Amino acid sequence: MKLTGAEIFIECLKREGVKHIFGYPGGVVLNIFDMLYDNKDVKLILTRHEQGAVHAADGYARATGKPGVVLVTSGPGATNTVTGIANAAMDSVPLVVFTGQVPTVLIGNDAFQEADIVGITRPCTKHNFLVKDVNDLAVTVKEAFHIASSGRPGPVLIDLPKDVTVGKTEFVWPEKIGLAGYKPKYEGNKWMIAQAAAEIQKSKKAVIVAGGGAIISGATKELKELAEMAQIPVTTTLMGIGAFPETHKLSLGMPGMHGTYYANKAIQEADLLIALGMRFDDRVTGKTDAFAPNATIVQVDIDPTSIRKNIRVDVPVVGDVKRVLTVLNKMLKSEAKGQWTAVRKAWLSQIDQWKAERPLSYNPDSEVIKPQFVVEKIYELTKGDAIICTEVGQNQMWAAQFYKYDKPRTFISSGGLGTMGFGFPAAIGAQLAHPDKLVIDVAGDGSIQMNIQELATAVINKLPVKVAILNNGFLGMVRQWQELFYGERYSHVGLDVVPDFVKVAEAYNAVGLRAKKPSEVEPVLKEGLFKIKKPVFMDFVVDWREKVFPMVPAGAPIDHMLFDEKKQEKKHKLRAVK
Amino acid sequence: MRHTITMLVENKFGVLSRISGLFSGRGYNIESLSVGETMDPAYSQMTVVTSGDDLIIEQITKQLNKLVDVIKVTDVTEFEHVEREMVLIKVKPKAERKAEVLSLAGIFRGRVVDSSEDTYTIEVTGDEKKIDAFVNLMTPIGIKELVRTGKVAILREGMKK
Ligand SMILES: Cc1cc2nc3c(=O)[nH]c(=O)nc-3n(C[C@H](O)[C@H](O)[C@H](O)COP(=O)(O)OP(=O)(O)OC[C@H]3O[C@@H](n4cnc5c(N)ncnc54)[C@H](O)[C@@H]3O)c2cc1C
Ligand SMILES: Cc1ncc(C[n+]2csc(CCOP(=O)(O)OP(=O)(O)O)c2C)c(N)n1
Ligand SMILES: [Mg+2]
Repeated sequence: MKLTGAEIFIECLKREGVKHIFGYPGGVVLNIFDMLYDNKDVKLILTRHEQGAVHAADGYARATGKPGVVLVTSGPGATNTVTGIANAAMDSVPLVVFTGQVPTVLIGNDAFQEADIVGITRPCTKHNFLVKDVNDLAVTVKEAFHIASSGRPGPVLIDLPKDVTVGKTEFVWPEKIGLAGYKPKYEGNKWMIAQAAAEIQKSKKAVIVAGGGAIISGATKELKELAEMAQIPVTTTLMGIGAFPETHKLSLGMPGMHGTYYANKAIQEADLLIALGMRFDDRVTGKTDAFAPNATIVQVDIDPTSIRKNIRVDVPVVGDVKRVLTVLNKMLKSEAKGQWTAVRKAWLSQIDQWKAERPLSYNPDSEVIKPQFVVEKIYELTKGDAIICTEVGQNQMWAAQFYKYDKPRTFISSGGLGTMGFGFPAAIGAQLAHPDKLVIDVAGDGSIQMNIQELATAVINKLPVKVAILNNGFLGMVRQWQELFYGERYSHVGLDVVPDFVKVAEAYNAVGLRAKKPSEVEPVLKEGLFKIKKPVFMDFVVDWREKVFPMVPAGAPIDHMLFDEKKQEKKHKLRAVK
Repeated sequence: MRHTITMLVENKFGVLSRISGLFSGRGYNIESLSVGETMDPAYSQMTVVTSGDDLIIEQITKQLNKLVDVIKVTDVTEFEHVEREMVLIKVKPKAERKAEVLSLAGIFRGRVVDSSEDTYTIEVTGDEKKIDAFVNLMTPIGIKELVRTGKVAILREGMKK
């Protein structure tokens, strides 16, 4: 029996096990939306903006590891997805984005709502396709899902001209796909892994830096085994948060620009740095020639381009973190003499000393709410059993610093692109994937306004996402830079008290709560997180002066950290500490 | 240092744009680029001449390899190989230098592919040095127009691929 392209589209999604897609309709996809009208297998979540749809699919993917799927119309619908796609590409998130396109005969004619979305997204997708013939549709969809979710994951876009989705053909679900030029390498080179094992045995001051790739690979167990066996402390990048339990004795928290003192110190003093699925982003390395100056560097990454891109690497291992660690752990186990504890004793006690010297801290206050206090309270009340999404800015850094993540895929944040407006729709996607989990978006008053319209999506689909707005009345992170580096000239960063987030929530038929004093924080959280079963905006009016510390100024070595010295020196003064 | 990189790619629309976009987007320079179908029309062969230090060249080859439509990348600079490019050069010599043009073309094994009352169009094939030399000789004589194909390259038989 012949099927239309639109029917084939649905069939393919079913074969790929897709239950939910996020999208927005329009002219050239009317026929596909007609198929979705009463479809039992694939449910479309209508967002209020295409950017929201992509971020929601992204949140869904980060929370589950499965590809998120999007369907939008041509022209403006397609161009509205670009930020979301670029965001997913930077953080290696598997997405399959379907865009409608004008009929093939009209392509290139500046037809109504035509945009060259394949051209526009070429540099920000892992791969993209324009389907020109309905006979190619099924195999293209299969290839797209394969590319999106294998190797280093990423977004794939499929452009669907109207005549292709209207055209009919026999539906054949391909058994195999070709893709001669696409062969991700999962198994690491044995000889290289043996080199890594030898370096570990030689080292006295080793440190592991685990990144987003450790989470993608599902290597939590193997990572813990390695760290505990060889007594190596672990720092996790922003994208790697949750790959190693932060409550573990060997955890150093996050490294880099806003990382912990002890993580950065450990990297700078280490004689061996083991990078597992992390790409030495400039937020992590600071000044690259001064990064880990004494360390031999072992890097495990599935993407060869991540190796030696910006940091010299002594032992490169191309492969999947989990598989490489499985082999490495076995080698170490068979060779080790069981003296790790003795070998690392001095190093670990040095680290304990750094931890004691400068723990993450802030100055509590009884009059004004400190934003860090809100995050700490969230951790305390949820006992760490929640999925935390974040917006971008100070809120994001405090959410990373003051909540302890013990499990992978429980911290969802836009790392590489740093997209304000990501967290809230991502939380909606995560909530859809995990209906029984508590999903919280730690937000800024600026960022939340970038996709605030998605509150309708949350309310209508009964997705009880909780938004904790750290309302400082400013584009706080930018204000922080202006305060520190531009002589307190606060150019265009004031947001004032508009809008009233409680009223906004109420206007959308959600619930709005507000805390203005520290004593109100806990009651608001208790009510918002546990009593109310609807989406909630919790507006925390926080101290606008608060800054994120430690901070490594851009381009400086990562052990040149600024701290808030208010407490020690009385005067409000910053000091660089080496 | 300059490198000549050859690639076997899917013969699909958009491939050229993926490759040139990769170079421009990442700030790598392209000195020349040529594309043509292979014996199997499903694939094309591309030759790119680029330059950069070892780390940049390593990134370029890795980034090219990462493209889904790119099947195989070879930095032929590392191996014994043959390189050729072609120039079509239209010269307008003074009457008294016409014979000189023809004899130089002969020395370079060039061919006159078109002529008019006062111009010759000459085709010369060879490696870059030879083409440069011929162009240098023609310059004082009077070049009206010049097109170069950019390089194609192939490994010598027996060279590791
Ligand atoms: C305001 C702001 C401040 C920031 N400050 C900091 C900071 O202080 N510290 C910090 O760490 N980050 C910070 N970031 C985030 C930073 O920009 C980067 O996004 C982050 O550091 C990248 O982490 P990553 O390299 O671990 O992960 P990714 O960028 O996700 O890279 C993952 C790597 O793993 C590889 N990989 C994928 N799958 C596998 C697999 N199966 N096996 C092996 N390898 C695999 C990929 O090829 C890639 O190289 C900040 C971001 C913002 C917006
Ligand atoms: C879409 C987008 N535009 C601009 C920026 C630059 N930027 C980074 S943080 C920030 C301020 C964020 O303000 P807010 O959401 O209130 O967070 P805060 O830092 O105050 O916690 C801005 C403008 C960005 N990251 N994303
Ligand atoms: Mg703010």
